[in-house]
Amino acid sequence: MSVTAGAPERVDGHPPTGPDPRRRGLAERLLAVRELSLLLALAALVLVTTLRNERFLSGQSVKDLLLGCAILVILAVGQTLVIVTRNVDLSVGSILGLVAFATGSLFLAAPGTPWPVALLLGVALGALCGVVNGGLIAVAKVPALVITLGTLYAFRGVDYYWASGRQINAADMPRSFLRLGNQTVLGVPVLFLVALVVVAVVGYYLRAYRSGRELYAIGSEPAAARLSGIPVGRRVFAVFVANGALAGLAGVLYAARFGTLDAAAGTGLELQVVAAAVVGGVAIFGGSGSAYGAALGAVLLTTIGSSLAVLRIDPFWQQAVVGALILAAIGLDRLLAVRMAARLRGRSAHGA
Amino acid sequence: MAHDSLYAAPPVGAEAEPPGAGGERGAGRLAGLRGALGSWDAAVVAALVVATLLASATVQNFATGRNVQFLLLDLVPLALLALPMTLIVITGEIDLSVASTVGLCSTLMGQMWLSSGLSLELICVLVVLLGAVLGAFNGVFVTGFGLPSLAVTIGTLALYRGLSFVVLGDQAVADFPGDWTAAAVRSIPGTSIPVAVVPVLLLALVFGVVLHATPAGRALYAMGNNDQAATFAGVSVARTKFWLFVASGAVCGLVGVFWTLRYASARGDNATGLELTVVTAVLLGGVSIFGGRGGLIGVVAGVLLLGVLRNALQLADVDANALTIVTGALLIASVVLPNAVADVRGRLHRRRQRATPVAR
Amino acid sequence: MSPGAPGADSAPLLVLDGVTKSFGAVAALRGVHLELHPGEAHALVGENGAGKSTLVKILAGAHAPDTGRMTLDGQPLELRGPADARAAGIAVIYQEPTLFPDLSVAENIFMGRQPLRGLRRIDTAAMNRDAERLFARLGVRIDPARPARGLSIADQQLVEIAKALSFDARILVMDEPTAALSGVEVERLFGVARSLCERGAAVLFISHRFDEVFDLCQRITVLRDGAWVSSDRAADLTVDEVVRRMVGREVSSLYPKQDAPLRDTLLEVRGLTRAGVFSDVSFSVRGGEIVALAGLVGAGRSEVARAVFGVDRYDAGEVRVAGTVLPPGSPRKAIAAGMALVPEDRRQQGLVMELSVERNATLARRRALSRLGLLLGGAERAEARRWTRRLQVKTSRLTAPVATLSGGNQQKVVLAKWLATEPRILIIDEPTRGIDVGTKAEVHRLLSELANEGLAILMISSELPEVLGMADRVLVMHEGRLVRELPRAEADETSVMFAATGQGAQA
Repeated sequence: MSVTAGAPERVDGHPPTGPDPRRRGLAERLLAVRELSLLLALAALVLVTTLRNERFLSGQSVKDLLLGCAILVILAVGQTLVIVTRNVDLSVGSILGLVAFATGSLFLAAPGTPWPVALLLGVALGALCGVVNGGLIAVAKVPALVITLGTLYAFRGVDYYWASGRQINAADMPRSFLRLGNQTVLGVPVLFLVALVVVAVVGYYLRAYRSGRELYAIGSEPAAARLSGIPVGRRVFAVFVANGALAGLAGVLYAARFGTLDAAAGTGLELQVVAAAVVGGVAIFGGSGSAYGAALGAVLLTTIGSSLAVLRIDPFWQQAVVGALILAAIGLDRLLAVRMAARLRGRSAHGA
Repeated sequence: MAHDSLYAAPPVGAEAEPPGAGGERGAGRLAGLRGALGSWDAAVVAALVVATLLASATVQNFATGRNVQFLLLDLVPLALLALPMTLIVITGEIDLSVASTVGLCSTLMGQMWLSSGLSLELICVLVVLLGAVLGAFNGVFVTGFGLPSLAVTIGTLALYRGLSFVVLGDQAVADFPGDWTAAAVRSIPGTSIPVAVVPVLLLALVFGVVLHATPAGRALYAMGNNDQAATFAGVSVARTKFWLFVASGAVCGLVGVFWTLRYASARGDNATGLELTVVTAVLLGGVSIFGGRGGLIGVVAGVLLLGVLRNALQLADVDANALTIVTGALLIASVVLPNAVADVRGRLHRRRQRATPVAR
Repeated sequence: MSPGAPGADSAPLLVLDGVTKSFGAVAALRGVHLELHPGEAHALVGENGAGKSTLVKILAGAHAPDTGRMTLDGQPLELRGPADARAAGIAVIYQEPTLFPDLSVAENIFMGRQPLRGLRRIDTAAMNRDAERLFARLGVRIDPARPARGLSIADQQLVEIAKALSFDARILVMDEPTAALSGVEVERLFGVARSLCERGAAVLFISHRFDEVFDLCQRITVLRDGAWVSSDRAADLTVDEVVRRMVGREVSSLYPKQDAPLRDTLLEVRGLTRAGVFSDVSFSVRGGEIVALAGLVGAGRSEVARAVFGVDRYDAGEVRVAGTVLPPGSPRKAIAAGMALVPEDRRQQGLVMELSVERNATLARRRALSRLGLLLGGAERAEARRWTRRLQVKTSRLTAPVATLSGGNQQKVVLAKWLATEPRILIIDEPTRGIDVGTKAEVHRLLSELANEGLAILMISSELPEVLGMADRVLVMHEGRLVRELPRAEADETSVMFAATGQGAQA
């Protein structure tokens, strides 16, 4: 990277008394606002619930909560990768179900398989599903929505066909594997730690790596992305593979956590995942949002479920609240965007 | 949904063909694509005929009156919901909340029957109106606030489903009068065709005429392809879309009534997951997810094709759940094939046209 | 006038030879020759549709030429994509900036080339510093950390320029970069371009503003209808000579506006203002009259037309049709009042490219053609046939998608669509942009005919000969204001150009 050293006599006098480059940019700060507001909402929710019933913050309850949200967090982070590029992957619930069942079948067929091998195989199977998605999208040149709607059915159908009504029970799986699903380290479930690592890695990648930034560029303005030489097709393909791999990981963890598996595992999860991302501030038409936000969205959605029970609100309200939250989130994002645009217009003056 | 997508076809102009060249050799990539899609209606109808004949010949009990009755009854909700969905997708939007709206309408119907003391006739009318209100709510968010319909209707998908559980919890209302529930599944005397098919056909006719033979229908195609040009031609894009969402909601109300009576049960989870089947049927029927292309004949044939295939395979003892492979595969084939064919044709054509290969 | 020959004082940096490019039936470039020398600013001029933008796209690697070759430093150059062009040191500043609205200004500049620190992570601080340094060179202050969304066009243009600077381009292509810039900003831009030249880079400058062309450039290449006309030293040319070469034909013979009896005032616009776009625009058009709205690209002409027709809203002023005030913001009501707008951008605004000729031709009239709310039988077909015949649209069938037609025939379909509404007022924006000479003459004959029939016609055109040949009166806009009104007798190239470049006001 080379910045041409300016011919000094051409630089007119005033060095920019501009902003400190170390300071975070407005866009980033707004994003931080978005994440902060999620955290606040989450804190308020926990606070209110705890005031009502202090056991909500007891060790077991927190553990359950963390366990409950880990899988959704992983899926939401993967979905963020996809949505940021102005695509969507509706097949994640089916991939999760397929991989979960495959993992169970693996242990059934080869009981001695060490769990890390099962984990790797599961991730690989998920990635393969991602390859199918990405490949079809590249061939068909139609929106990912359509293709992944198709593979939502296809993967689930394969799952059913394979299972043909069978169920796999915890007894069929090695104890070491099942322990993975419930074990804690210093009181924190391993599953949640895995999710944290995924969030950190993807979140940091999206922020600090060139190819990560290119994903935002693609979603922000596809035509301009092409003109600036970004390999759009390759990046989008990679994103679907990565998301498939993460769904595969989630599938393996699902198997470890629940032990009892049939072909219906993860049905309908895709919309929850998209909801978590949207609530977390990932713009549905690409270009903005962060993995951290999506993860917080997933935690918030899960927590609402638990809180309602504690608050003795009819648990049937849960889904309605989720729906209202999605509408509020996209409405809020819209409002923020409009206000930011107005504010930025005011600042567009450049010193002469 | 009409927003420029990553994989949109290249700008049309770049592929335009000389007008005079017409005919066989002048048919370029674009014309090829058009041709492939233009004949899509015919292809779906042909596939439907072939599937029906094959099933009649090879699957036991397929061509019986009783089976036809069940097949058609099962298809009524899907067919009804596909009608407004077709128009909405043609304008470049989508409504994923339809199944939840059906569920909410169904539980509201149950709740009203349980506690309001109104006559069932009045309740049915109210439920359809409520459906229209729920659709209008979507419409306001999409056209009033300018939010993407995909995100909005994912939100109301969750919201309406949640509310339908709020209304009745996990209870079901099942004590509807027997003559009403029997009427929902009754056949036209002397045939095995359910009476419920008649209103479906009437509505299909109405939607078909609106889409294909009215000024409003022309406007739908125009705005789905290019809302700017439509605006310049005096089309009120936002207003039209709003009323489409209202219509979609009203049809959901109607389906809610039918569903409740047919299964004699108003439950919060009625019609769960049906939205994706509806979208699949519409896309299978040749409607472009980009908007601006497709027709009602293709969609009706698509609905029937889905129904026939699933019914036949079910009779052939294929696990009902595994049938989703068929749904998925049909959907993928319906979008991949035309593009792949056009792609190959275009490539061959260009190779013939000039010796020098042109990059990109 | 042989290609690039006169007094080339150094080996050329970049050579294009015999480059052709066609889009379907339309030949955009036909055997174009261009030589860029190090340390030289080279102007590329031509009418709209002469092929300048296509040439820019080829240099940017966005289009591949059909035939012809390019060499860089004498080595054959093949650009398989924008990335190749960038690697070859070619930076392009497009007419329309191509930024990522969601990303920060600094990221926009350095996308794909962000400065890195350990573990190949992006060094945001360094990136912002570098961006600031670039802006300092340009003498502007834009916060590198702010998102690109909401930047004014001029600021977006500056970001594009900073981007070009950042990768030390050896060849800087600027496609009408000054259209949206103020005088100070243009000076600053030229300063940067000159400093690049001094350090051995080549600049290709595309502009309609001749004062700028002669101010900046040492050499001028003229294109006409996709073909190379001449390349000469700027010092050997005059504005008149360049214009003559651009137009390349006798003006009067092509534009047959006949005098029509003037009737009542049909369109009256008073004090029309849209903040930041145009202000206090007042004029009127009478039946039988063709009034031209002239001015540079970006002067606000199309915006006035859009507001008059109701596509855009306006902040102040009123529009009257035959004395009655037209409610703002409704194209539908404008159409009902007898107004028609043939928009500037055929592809985006004029036509629904995927729909058939028939549907397009009757789109604006679909309500009037329906019986009892239904569009049955051949009503549309008959109407479409009537108008496509009158306008001699060449198409294999009326059901062919309009995208398969040539540019000229597409334009005729747009005209058919609007004439079918039987308007009293026709606003026509760039009536002959990008269509062949033969069809141009047809369109002009038609406009003249329509005026004779009593229509009031407001014509927006960037082609001077067209303006001068067709208009009874010429209104000239400059930076959002109507600055001159010239009756036919007083309108000539000099007077219109002077007014359009902002000098007319003082003249």
